Amino acid sequence: MAYSNKIREIYEKEIQEIKDAGTFKEERFIHAPQDADIEVEYPEGSSLKKVINMCSNNYLGLSSHPEVLKAAHEGLDERGYGMSSVRFICGTQDIHHELEQKMTEFLGTEDTILFPSCMDANAGVFEAILTSEDIMISDRLVHASIVDGMRLCDAEHDTFKHSNMKHLEKKLQLHEDKRIKLIITDGVFSMDGDTAKLDEMVELSEKYDALVFVDDSHATGFIGKKGRGTHEKYGQIGKIDIITTTFGKALGGASGGCVSGRKEIVEMCRQRARPYLFSNTIAPVIISGALKVLEILTKTTERRDKLEENTNYWRKGLEDAGFILKEGDTPIVPIMLFNAKLSQDISNDLYKEGIYAIGFFFPVVAKGQARIRTQISAAHEKEHLDKALEAFTKIGKKYDILNKSKQEIIDKYGL
Amino acid sequence: MDDMHKIVLDYVIEEYLEDEDEEITVDTPLISGGIVDSFSMVSLKRFLEKKYDLSIPDEDATPEAFDTVNSICNLVNEFIEKKKGK
Repeated sequence: MAYSNKIREIYEKEIQEIKDAGTFKEERFIHAPQDADIEVEYPEGSSLKKVINMCSNNYLGLSSHPEVLKAAHEGLDERGYGMSSVRFICGTQDIHHELEQKMTEFLGTEDTILFPSCMDANAGVFEAILTSEDIMISDRLVHASIVDGMRLCDAEHDTFKHSNMKHLEKKLQLHEDKRIKLIITDGVFSMDGDTAKLDEMVELSEKYDALVFVDDSHATGFIGKKGRGTHEKYGQIGKIDIITTTFGKALGGASGGCVSGRKEIVEMCRQRARPYLFSNTIAPVIISGALKVLEILTKTTERRDKLEENTNYWRKGLEDAGFILKEGDTPIVPIMLFNAKLSQDISNDLYKEGIYAIGFFFPVVAKGQARIRTQISAAHEKEHLDKALEAFTKIGKKYDILNKSKQEIIDKYGL
Repeated sequence: MDDMHKIVLDYVIEEYLEDEDEEITVDTPLISGGIVDSFSMVSLKRFLEKKYDLSIPDEDATPEAFDTVNSICNLVNEFIEKKKGK
């Protein structure tokens, strides 16, 4: 056995350092399907507690929808449990192809290729289409999976200040000599809940002959009047060269992701993207569920409309109570607390009140920018939101952070 | 403050800071202080290489070496000296 005590102690020390820094993560065991109301075992071994979930990506409430479940069951019966293959060998069923076509129509692109997750899509796409003659220019707040994908690619990279179009333009000018320039952004930024200015980005891309990449994982299904995503919101359908998104959030919440965009770029992914070539195909049960989700969302906008209504109600309630929020209109609503321990203490107190919401702090967000990130769902009813507002207000009063400025909270709790 | 420290400090302020950020000095921890993330360091490296006509290997462009304006200038001077010595 090579795992000696000496090596064990190395890791024990590192784990202790994480605990000492207050950044140790613990899982809470949920004894229910994902929904607005869930039952949680926390800490391990304790009796189950009923709580309202305010931190899932189940934006449209489809993660446990009966029609999605029925379609998934049918998929299991008709197409089996697993394919035991990567796509290009014997892992492509007709329903995989059908889902790719349906996503292409839904997003308004030329073609789509599925990946086991959007994390895999982001890991594979840049390396598949760019070389050392090219440059990737990303917003500084893009998702970690995009950073990982960029690191795997031989192309040069640069970054621009978050959502700062003047800075982006400077970078496009700086790198004018590159063969391909790829502007990279999230559509909805997962920590702040703001949206990328895609209309201005596309304008710059046309001016400087650049491509535009958007990870719309926190947007597909509900941003834009028809829920097509951030590009719909900014009137840019058909103008984004590469969209990656996930089936693991609003679109059913199981797993799976995709690259959607220009035909040739998608084909390059099919030929070269390593996660596509070397990872198992998405299971038929998940494809069947995702197809049903797209059918539901194409038929009616009632879920994304309800989500929008819930989001406006939630934001107004928090603002009226006196919390500091990040500006935005998406269902990601961060309540700013600035101090890491404060965010953890408030999260723990909220849990005691039956509200499940997690504190986010460095290194997940910048130092001094700790927050509780709430996420609204179409599965939330007004009663859920009222109960959550009541709990937040009670806890906010306890910590004396209501109707206070950022500086006042920092003076009281530090950074 | 010598020219190089001023040039590097001005670049860091222009490239990385927002209007509402606090002022920084040549000793402010940039990366360990969460002001500059290590992935965005690349533009600073590119600037230094172009400005001082150097090539800084990736293994020397560490978060520690780039953590303050002081440490950055030390690294650049080291490479300038190495280049002169060749």
